[in-house]
Amino acid sequence: MKRLSEWKFTSKEFAQTPEKFASGHRACAGCGPAIALRLVMKAARGPIIATNSTGCMEVVSTIYPYTAWKIPWIHTAFENVAANASGIEAALKILRKKGRIKDEHVDVVAFAGDGGTFDIGIQALSGAVERGHDFLYVLYDNEAYMNTGIQRSSGTPMGAWTTTSPAGKVIPGKPERKKPIADIMVAHEMPYVATANIAYWKDLVVKARKGMEVNGPAFLHAFAPCPRGWRSETEKTVEIARLAVKTCVFPLWEAEYGEYKLSPQSKVIALKPEKKKPVETYLKTQRRFKHLFKPENKHVLEEIQSEVDRRWQKLLKACEIA
Amino acid sequence: MAKVEQKIVPLNGDTAVAYAVKQCDVDVVAAYPITPQTIIVEKFSEYVADGEVDTAFVCVESEHSAMTCSITASATGARTFTATASAGLALMHEMLGVASGCRTPVVMAVVNRALSAPINIHCDHSDSMAERDMGWIQIYAENSQETYDSIIQAFKIAENLEVMLPTMVGLDGFVLSHTLENVSIFPDEVVKKFVGTRQVPRVMNHEGELVPFKLDPENPLTIGPLDLHDYYFEHKRQQEEAMRKALDVIKQVHDEYAKQSGRSYGNGLVEAYRLDDAEIAAVCIGSTAGTVKTVVDELRENGIKAGLLRIRAFRPLPVKDIISNLSGKKAVAVMDRACSFGGNGGPMFHEIRHSVYDVPDRPHLVNYIYGLGGRDTPPYMIDSIYKELQKIAETGEIENTVQFIGLRE
Repeated sequence: MKRLSEWKFTSKEFAQTPEKFASGHRACAGCGPAIALRLVMKAARGPIIATNSTGCMEVVSTIYPYTAWKIPWIHTAFENVAANASGIEAALKILRKKGRIKDEHVDVVAFAGDGGTFDIGIQALSGAVERGHDFLYVLYDNEAYMNTGIQRSSGTPMGAWTTTSPAGKVIPGKPERKKPIADIMVAHEMPYVATANIAYWKDLVVKARKGMEVNGPAFLHAFAPCPRGWRSETEKTVEIARLAVKTCVFPLWEAEYGEYKLSPQSKVIALKPEKKKPVETYLKTQRRFKHLFKPENKHVLEEIQSEVDRRWQKLLKACEIA
Repeated sequence: MAKVEQKIVPLNGDTAVAYAVKQCDVDVVAAYPITPQTIIVEKFSEYVADGEVDTAFVCVESEHSAMTCSITASATGARTFTATASAGLALMHEMLGVASGCRTPVVMAVVNRALSAPINIHCDHSDSMAERDMGWIQIYAENSQETYDSIIQAFKIAENLEVMLPTMVGLDGFVLSHTLENVSIFPDEVVKKFVGTRQVPRVMNHEGELVPFKLDPENPLTIGPLDLHDYYFEHKRQQEEAMRKALDVIKQVHDEYAKQSGRSYGNGLVEAYRLDDAEIAAVCIGSTAGTVKTVVDELRENGIKAGLLRIRAFRPLPVKDIISNLSGKKAVAVMDRACSFGGNGGPMFHEIRHSVYDVPDRPHLVNYIYGLGGRDTPPYMIDSIYKELQKIAETGEIENTVQFIGLRE
């Protein structure tokens, strides 16, 4: 089985890498996805073309005649960023073969939010992966349609308030579980799938680089809080993101050619289960879960904890740890 | 340029398209077999599998992705082609506007077939008429020969630096797509030279520099940004400007092609058949024109001054040619193979009738909606339309402006 290269970098080298996603864009204070994009672009190894689905990052990074992108970038629609990447990659390959462009490899990176991935974009994503296009797909997951005003997606976690899963008198937030999108991508038997988190930036950058290095499709699920939609403090974005790993709400792992492996930040918890924090410590930081702390909703909290535990055990089994 | 010697081969509309695409040195073909599938892409994938073309063939998972792939491949600098029909075109709808808005010169063959529901696989024009306002150049062919010729011309029209608009070539489902015809084909090198290598214009980037209009790591460009009330309108206006320019380019490309092929279709925008001295005339698009021409010939033999105006380019609409060809006629029947439910007639009728509105000696105009879902359009039906026109021409009275013909009522 082919193994991926072990790319390492120092903080100094990282700081000296020119920005490809420039500052001055119009993302909100404390925006998690903007951090994810900047980190992924820092992982570039050479010429690169990016494409975005419709969503927060498309909107905040471009408004004609301005752009935050110092690389070629294209947006076409919401549900099709993986097809965008397919077309670019196919064109690059054939034009290079025909000698119409420079004879060098160009990485293709696709960015989409949870709505553009879990929901409306899953068909194009699944198709592009099956066809084996050589590209990195980065899902920046802020767990709802934030650009359009905080509507629930199938990436929204159980119990969360959104404008289309309100915390009502009868239904306390979103009743359904979050779709296990990264596992679905692993089931495609693609070369590389990883979860990452903006709080563990070095891990995220290395995984993004691996995704680019892979010959074929790679999927990076980047957890990225949204203070506007999560009703959280803007200065706590990174702290909240870190808690998602420490509570095992969002464990960090990678799967090379279908083989699951826990990343160090989650492996620590696997080896020392007493380090695993209760899910409430994470939920308390966000007012989208506020209603769950009412006595009548205690059962939802319990269900969330048991769901987190169940998925964690399942992951440990997949990683052959449990 | 002198006429080139050509070979006659039996092709149906679908295989004529595939053969033309094969000769145009297309870089990327992305397609999906939604129902009703056409054999255009099957034939082309044989060329790919046999190594007869140097083309990246992307067999996508939906028509939406077919158009998306075509757009981004085109934005990367590739010559790009796709084919669809009916429901597939409808599924592409969102991306058709993106293709024209991003100014990607994708060429697409549309095998014109009825839309669901009820589900049907046969010919009418409801699919592409529904896409009238999506910013695509629309050319409709009368037969397989013209389909072959039009596909080759389409690349040269779409990719013209003054135009840079996606272009669809319509061919009637089954009537053309599945019917074998003798088609004259050029030698490969003639077509290759005619279409040339795709060029891209230079545009101003966000830093005020002129860069090639494509995704190029050496000249970063942002394509498809958020574009609100301060610039969107200007960009839409530019699309309209490109459409105006396309009127001339379609004619030029048609004429240049005609010199080598020895075949011409009117002036490339419209084709007038025995229309000069005609008193009554029909207006139509597509394969029906062949039947109408036969009927016109018979009427002429009987001394009836009948003629036909076939619209070849529906977008951009050749208003001047419509006016010059129809003014002075006594009565005109516009034939629509699509219905604008609840509107005053079909889409063609709206266009033709409003085009001649300002003409002082404008003819009486009536509309016939015919052939939906592949209903046959025999000569006697066309003949009855001309009979009605004769009556209108004599009396100056119109009983019904809009009529459905050839169905149970």
